[in-house]
Amino acid sequence: MKIGVFICHCGSNIAGTVDVAKVAEMAKSLPEVAFASDTMYACSEPGQEGIINAIKEKGLDGAVVASCTPRMHGPTFMRTVARAGLNPYMFEMANIREHVSWIGKDKEANTAKALDLVRMAVAKLARNKPLFAKSFAINKRVLVLGGGVAGIQAALDCADGGLEVVLVEKTTTIGGKMAKLDKTFPTVDCSCCILGPKMVDVAQHPNITLYASAEVDEINGYVGNFQVKVRKKPTYVDWKLCTGCGACLEKCPSKKSPDLFNEFVGTTTAINIPFPQAIPKKASIDAGSCIKFKTGKCGVCAKVCPVKAINYEMEPEIVTEEVGAVIAATGYDLMDWTVYEQYGGGRYKDVITSLQYERLLSASGPTGGHIKRPSDGKEPKTVVFIQCVGSRDKSVGRPYCSGFCCMYTAKQAILTKDHIPDSESYVFYMDIRAPGKMYDEFTRRAMEEYGAKYVRGRVSMVYPSGGRYVVRGVDTLAGTQVEVEADLVVLAVGAEGAAGAAHLAEKLRISYDSYGFYMESHPKLKPVETNTAGVYVAGCVQGPKDIPTSVAQGSAAAAKVLALFSKDQLQSDPQVSSVDLKRCVGCMKCAMTCPFGAIKEQEVRGEIKAQVIETMCQGCGLCTATCPQGAIQLQHFTDNQILAEINTLLESELEETQG
Amino acid sequence: MHVINLSKTRDQDFINRVERESGQNLSLCYQCGNCTAGCPVTFVYDIPVHQIMRLCQAGQKEAVLGCHSLWLCASCQSCTTRCPNSIDVAHIMDTLRHMARRDGYATEYGVKSFTDSFLESVERHGRAFELGLMMLYTMKTGKFWTDVDLAPAMLTKGKLGFKPHPVQNKEAISKIFKRFREEFAQ
Repeated sequence: MKIGVFICHCGSNIAGTVDVAKVAEMAKSLPEVAFASDTMYACSEPGQEGIINAIKEKGLDGAVVASCTPRMHGPTFMRTVARAGLNPYMFEMANIREHVSWIGKDKEANTAKALDLVRMAVAKLARNKPLFAKSFAINKRVLVLGGGVAGIQAALDCADGGLEVVLVEKTTTIGGKMAKLDKTFPTVDCSCCILGPKMVDVAQHPNITLYASAEVDEINGYVGNFQVKVRKKPTYVDWKLCTGCGACLEKCPSKKSPDLFNEFVGTTTAINIPFPQAIPKKASIDAGSCIKFKTGKCGVCAKVCPVKAINYEMEPEIVTEEVGAVIAATGYDLMDWTVYEQYGGGRYKDVITSLQYERLLSASGPTGGHIKRPSDGKEPKTVVFIQCVGSRDKSVGRPYCSGFCCMYTAKQAILTKDHIPDSESYVFYMDIRAPGKMYDEFTRRAMEEYGAKYVRGRVSMVYPSGGRYVVRGVDTLAGTQVEVEADLVVLAVGAEGAAGAAHLAEKLRISYDSYGFYMESHPKLKPVETNTAGVYVAGCVQGPKDIPTSVAQGSAAAAKVLALFSKDQLQSDPQVSSVDLKRCVGCMKCAMTCPFGAIKEQEVRGEIKAQVIETMCQGCGLCTATCPQGAIQLQHFTDNQILAEINTLLESELEETQG
Repeated sequence: MHVINLSKTRDQDFINRVERESGQNLSLCYQCGNCTAGCPVTFVYDIPVHQIMRLCQAGQKEAVLGCHSLWLCASCQSCTTRCPNSIDVAHIMDTLRHMARRDGYATEYGVKSFTDSFLESVERHGRAFELGLMMLYTMKTGKFWTDVDLAPAMLTKGKLGFKPHPVQNKEAISKIFKRFREEFAQ
């Protein structure tokens, strides 16, 4: 076998601390190496041409490139090798940048280590075999999880692009957090009025199937061919019949049901439609507070329903959907602000969250858009906003900035002045973060035109005093402790991954961080992709973001799915396990360890043998490590290839100790 | 207000000492001011505690060790409890007080005198001898009439005895002081 070795300078990135010419020179003496040289930038166009020319001129059978991490340029060089007429798997990469030049300054030691890595790569390449990708058909349907603004945008863009969309929403209506907001920054336009038309589009789009009040039970399969089990939770109202007339709401005698949509400000009826623009506009029963479910008596809704849609016997229903891609857009939830006992969150009725305040401001909210204190219904004259509650606070395990609180607090201060002209708003802030188009101007407007009093500093405590609340904080710019007597305190609570997000991520087989946010594939260059092929993220599921960014990500994820589905067939990765039937004894230990269910039994001439389902195998290699016979081997990482690398490395170790 | 030349007056040695002796990382402080917001004695401070933290970060040794706040801190730990970055601010105040004492800054002579008198009394008698402590304090400060109005009531209740309280093995306690002087001799 004739192998070519190409050592990259990467400018001074590698050449600065590795003697690349020496590595190339020494590589020439390795068995099976027919050609070796160093090159300034192997990935550049002349660099790649150099590799192609060497392969053609010297009649090489494979190439080793010693440069950066294969995560960076592995695919680049595989394409280079393919352009030279070789199988792309007749290529190995030695990472002498991240693993060598960037981590040590000792040039001699670095050069020795670089040579070791090159020798290992050569030893492996000598045992590489050409591998060929297989093609498989894809199912051009897409599942969107979460009906907030990001999910709605993704669903509409996919549907407009001609794809069939399955939209699954956990609650009884789509709209998400945006539907709860009164106005949006920095334009102060009505949130539900701009979201409403999009929600109606979802309901009316012929390509969209909406499952509200539903959750995903199970996801199996792989890119192009996922099988999804959707659990439709019982609403106790037959939505095929329900017209959303609201007759049941008027007559329901149980009026103490927790009002989820209104963030638990006040209560609602046990049978309920969350808000006037709800999609689907169908009633559903909260079994936890319904008198019929608690005592067996009542049944008023069933009596008044003109279309006889009420069904107290309704059971959960499982629907199986086949899709080719998944977009996760499950959004965020507020962190548990009651850990801030010093603010009395959860104990004092007039210390509320920003989302609760949105419901007080909203015309469709529990107070009809009049700001009233939850404790006594009086109009507050002094409102204090406390920012960074659960943001940038390591002591409660939330070190990150939630990003949108500065803006919505400014908006709420402006709206407070609009609603109650003789009111005063104080905003305790640490830093104002408003880096968007017209964003900083907006926070300035809150101060300059609406007279919001911004105090730079945190609040140490809130305590009740004579029907009001004393807010004690600091004005660090004045260098003094300050106190404000407030009628209402609004906490700008930070965001965390939605409840149950971690559980769902595990079903999707994607990574998530310790705050429940999903990990994107690359923080800059693959913001809506994940490390599982065919699974995409959009909106706050990936991290806190405002409405424009969520919408942009919804569209971006849709564009990714449309691009994926622009082909009729996908290429499978040939780096999968394969079974040597002669060696396999049919113990099926491999099937038990396989995390992807990619191994099944087959019968060959009356004997049980393992068989790999190549499209499901993710190439993790667990089966290879498990097999007592060495019968199942991960292609491109066989035992022989890995042992060849280790032996090569140990040879030089032995020489060193003996020499 | 005078200008602080950050490049000339930044005392890195001071910063390192504060960090080493308190075991805290000063750069964790992002000046949210929550320490001052919760401080119950800030009304008597000349420099509020968040600004002491800022001056420490800037290596302003003179300003920090020469301030009165260090001696007026009640060590109540509110600042430590409130800090979102879990900095033990009260420990830093303690450290600074020690440093100020060692470097000869004692801006609140009364507080220093009282602490000294208390420790002297404990060293000599094994525990505080109230009358002796008060006499030491008045001698150091010359404030002969401090709290003298409380004396009659305390005398009648037996709270101000004429003899030190008996303590078993009080030499063991004075040994603690001796060892401290040996190990931490300046």
